[in-house]
Amino acid sequence: MTKVTMTINGKPRSGEAEGRTLLASFLREELGLTGTHVGCDTSQCGACVVHVDGKAVKSCTMFALEADGAQVDTIEGQADADGTLNSLQQAFQDYHGLQCGFCTPGMVMSAAALLKDNPKPSEAEIRHYLEGNICRCTGYHNIVRAILAASGQDVPAVAAE
Amino acid sequence: MPKDSGIGASPKRREDIRFLTGTGNYTDDININGQTYAWFIRSDVAHGTINSIDASAAEAMEGVLKVFTSADFAEAGGIPCGWEVTDRHGQPMQEPKHPILAEGKVRHVGDPIAVVVAETLEQARDAAEAVEIDIDELEAVIDMKAAVAEGATKVHDDLTSNLCYDWGFVEENREAVDEAIKSAAHVTTLELVNNRVVANPMEPRVAVGDYNRAGDEHTLYTTSQNPHVIRLLMGAFVLSIPEHKLRVVAPDVGGGFGAKIYHYAEEAFVTYAAKVLNRPVKWTSSRSEAFISDAHGRDHVTKIELAMDENHKFTAVRTDTYANMGAYLSTFAPSVPTWLHGTLMAGNYITPLIYVNVKAVFTNTVPVDAYRGAGRPEATFQLERVIDKAARELGMDPVELRRKNFIQPDQFPYDTPVAVTYDTGNYDATMDKALEVADYAGFEARRAESEARGKLRGIGVAHYIEACGIAPSNLVGQLGARAGLYESATVRVNATGSISVFTGSHSHGQGHETTFAQVVSEMIGVDASQIDIVHGDTSKVPMGMGTYGSRSIAVGGSAMVRATEKIINKAKKIAAHLMEASEADIELKDGAFSVAGTDKSVAWGDVTLAAYVPHNYPLEDIEPGLEESAFYDPANFTYPSGAYICELEVDPETGVIDMLNFTAADDFGNVINPMIVEGQVHGGLAQGIGQALMEACIYDENGQLLSGSFMDYTMPRADDMPMMNVDHSCQTPCTHNPLGVKGCGEAGAIGSPPAVVNAVIDALHRAGHKVEHIDMPVSPARVWKAMHG
Repeated sequence: MTKVTMTINGKPRSGEAEGRTLLASFLREELGLTGTHVGCDTSQCGACVVHVDGKAVKSCTMFALEADGAQVDTIEGQADADGTLNSLQQAFQDYHGLQCGFCTPGMVMSAAALLKDNPKPSEAEIRHYLEGNICRCTGYHNIVRAILAASGQDVPAVAAE
Repeated sequence: MPKDSGIGASPKRREDIRFLTGTGNYTDDININGQTYAWFIRSDVAHGTINSIDASAAEAMEGVLKVFTSADFAEAGGIPCGWEVTDRHGQPMQEPKHPILAEGKVRHVGDPIAVVVAETLEQARDAAEAVEIDIDELEAVIDMKAAVAEGATKVHDDLTSNLCYDWGFVEENREAVDEAIKSAAHVTTLELVNNRVVANPMEPRVAVGDYNRAGDEHTLYTTSQNPHVIRLLMGAFVLSIPEHKLRVVAPDVGGGFGAKIYHYAEEAFVTYAAKVLNRPVKWTSSRSEAFISDAHGRDHVTKIELAMDENHKFTAVRTDTYANMGAYLSTFAPSVPTWLHGTLMAGNYITPLIYVNVKAVFTNTVPVDAYRGAGRPEATFQLERVIDKAARELGMDPVELRRKNFIQPDQFPYDTPVAVTYDTGNYDATMDKALEVADYAGFEARRAESEARGKLRGIGVAHYIEACGIAPSNLVGQLGARAGLYESATVRVNATGSISVFTGSHSHGQGHETTFAQVVSEMIGVDASQIDIVHGDTSKVPMGMGTYGSRSIAVGGSAMVRATEKIINKAKKIAAHLMEASEADIELKDGAFSVAGTDKSVAWGDVTLAAYVPHNYPLEDIEPGLEESAFYDPANFTYPSGAYICELEVDPETGVIDMLNFTAADDFGNVINPMIVEGQVHGGLAQGIGQALMEACIYDENGQLLSGSFMDYTMPRADDMPMMNVDHSCQTPCTHNPLGVKGCGEAGAIGSPPAVVNAVIDALHRAGHKVEHIDMPVSPARVWKAMHG
């Protein structure tokens, strides 16, 4: 076991990790940050996406030791301190961009990374960017609309408001 | 306009806040002090005899508490099947034992053989490598027709063959149907495959068992769509634990789609092992493990014949289906190809004679059970494909052939020849709406534009009906269900007027906490924020049959309405007492009681307070307190229906399909929350489009699942899906439930596959390729091969 320290959602956190401990397991099991989800074992589903030093990373593809000293942002740190949803989270609620909620942490973290790089993505760009995030509930329709709305763009009126 | 929180409004979902902030409570988020970890050792061969299991080395390893095998479950029952089908000769289906851990033989890749429990998951996994299991591999039976051929290797030695049942429906019509087909003016025949798929809810299954020795109390936390059903099946039939000593909790559940209905071995294992070890035991499925242990869906091979007279009126339908059960009978498996499939073979059409034959077959594959739609997608796919083919043979517009045979609005209630009575519907209305929304009339111009770009554009139409709101208990009992399928609710009004509703329905993405509160808010007139919906815990909710078959609002919602009506009736009595008026004159409006024709009124909160802490109370007439329960058993199924239109382009060079547009015009009867209903349709469509274009379980001849992970099994991604036009403005309310609702959860997955395949075939035909059918998934390779041979 090795002691690992990282800044998670702006606060220093430490824990013990084996060499084989994945960042996803470290967050969930060692630190109790269970908002990050694990939906597969082949790095396909994206439910575990977090930001490491500002970049979207599937936390199941990275060892905890590799993130030693890094700035890590997870779904738990996205809302304001008083619990108010940020604009992206709010758009997911407003446009019904989630159902069972299991893929949602990864979707929100991926979408946040997208909007950071590309503040006004087209529908096609959003769909392409989400290639690494699987949702089984929504058919992606309302996720795409939520991200368009969060970026301040017009949302196709193909579903009732 | 509806109020912000009542029926017909689209308030934002209250459950979203916890899901968007990482504070949901899914089963894998639950960790109990002293918890141990279970690792299942599963068969890597499809069929074999277990000669020996030597766990001595593993049990000596650090952290290992125990290695369990079938010997540890000698006292336990097998995993029960909830439905018994009677075959065409009046005999019960063949029903093999389904042990918790394999007894002497393994019967599919993934069949659990032994379980290591250790202090950590890593220790359990490491020790599993040290368990020595000697298996003689036997020939695997994978293909259904080969499985029922003379001399085939048997999956279960104690059964007479691999045929679970040979079912005929309606058996008395068999000869008349044969005759009608012989004498028909035109018969269209189609052979097709309904491909095996995996439900793949994004949350893999998890089970945590906990045991309190002092009270001899068991708790199971599990990813279930129906915790009370698990309590009943596991408690009564597997582990012999009475209900008062067994609590089953299904907390936040990350999608189900059918795969989380069933009672699974892992649930019984952790519950039992927690007692043996006197420690909590946790099992978390990996995705790869899910592929070989979650029940699969569909897997039918069918020949369908549609007979017509000279006026193109349908005269008979005859189908011959092989349905894969897999190696064991999962909880509802026998009902899917029979009563959830044969009863839908009339579709939306007048067809006087129908005969459905289904041979259910055991194979050395993962058990197959209900997946979103369950039987109804299989029925719809056959009918809507064969009608399209018939239209082409007759030189007719496929929409016109459907319209010519639609059951007409003035014919409801309509008795089909396959045992069900449709209460309402207006199929021309949904068809009209879909054609309008999809701009069907403008297709030719769009096709010409595609052609100019070298692309083949096609349009496909399907019209579906489903029987859901499962189920009228008396009817399903006659059909073989071993339990009635009513639902219950308890409405508890607290002293200051807030309300807790306890429902036996379970939400795993459907948004019950929001929609169910809308209904009670509308009925009583208190704000929805004053109403909480409680579900998923057998220690809180007295009884429930859970969520599947699009039954939550139609059955669970109806129970809640009945309980709320009792609350209102009692509250009116109390209000009458408080206002010294006659009960008959009391009116409830917007959360206040008034006396008709006067200005007297008391607020909801005054009445509820009086119910609990009265000083002056008519004890002779009314008991204090304000809590009521109701059980609701539907009089009939509900029958949602709708028209779906798919428009796509095929690249003639590569066979690649570009989904351009999908339109759904559904009749769900009354709608409680349009936003949520539309979301349900989007998700169903994605699963149907996924099945049609990309999803497939592929077994090799040895029974190895080749598509056993997300690397190999193609899940629909965001860039595979088009924007979807979803309309639910055609509403013929259900006539037999209090809300007039029909259910919307499965529709999208039922109606979309034939629309997609019809569109592909249409695109190819318009380009001169005389292709009659391509089996799902309609992959680029299959399309290319169909075009170029």
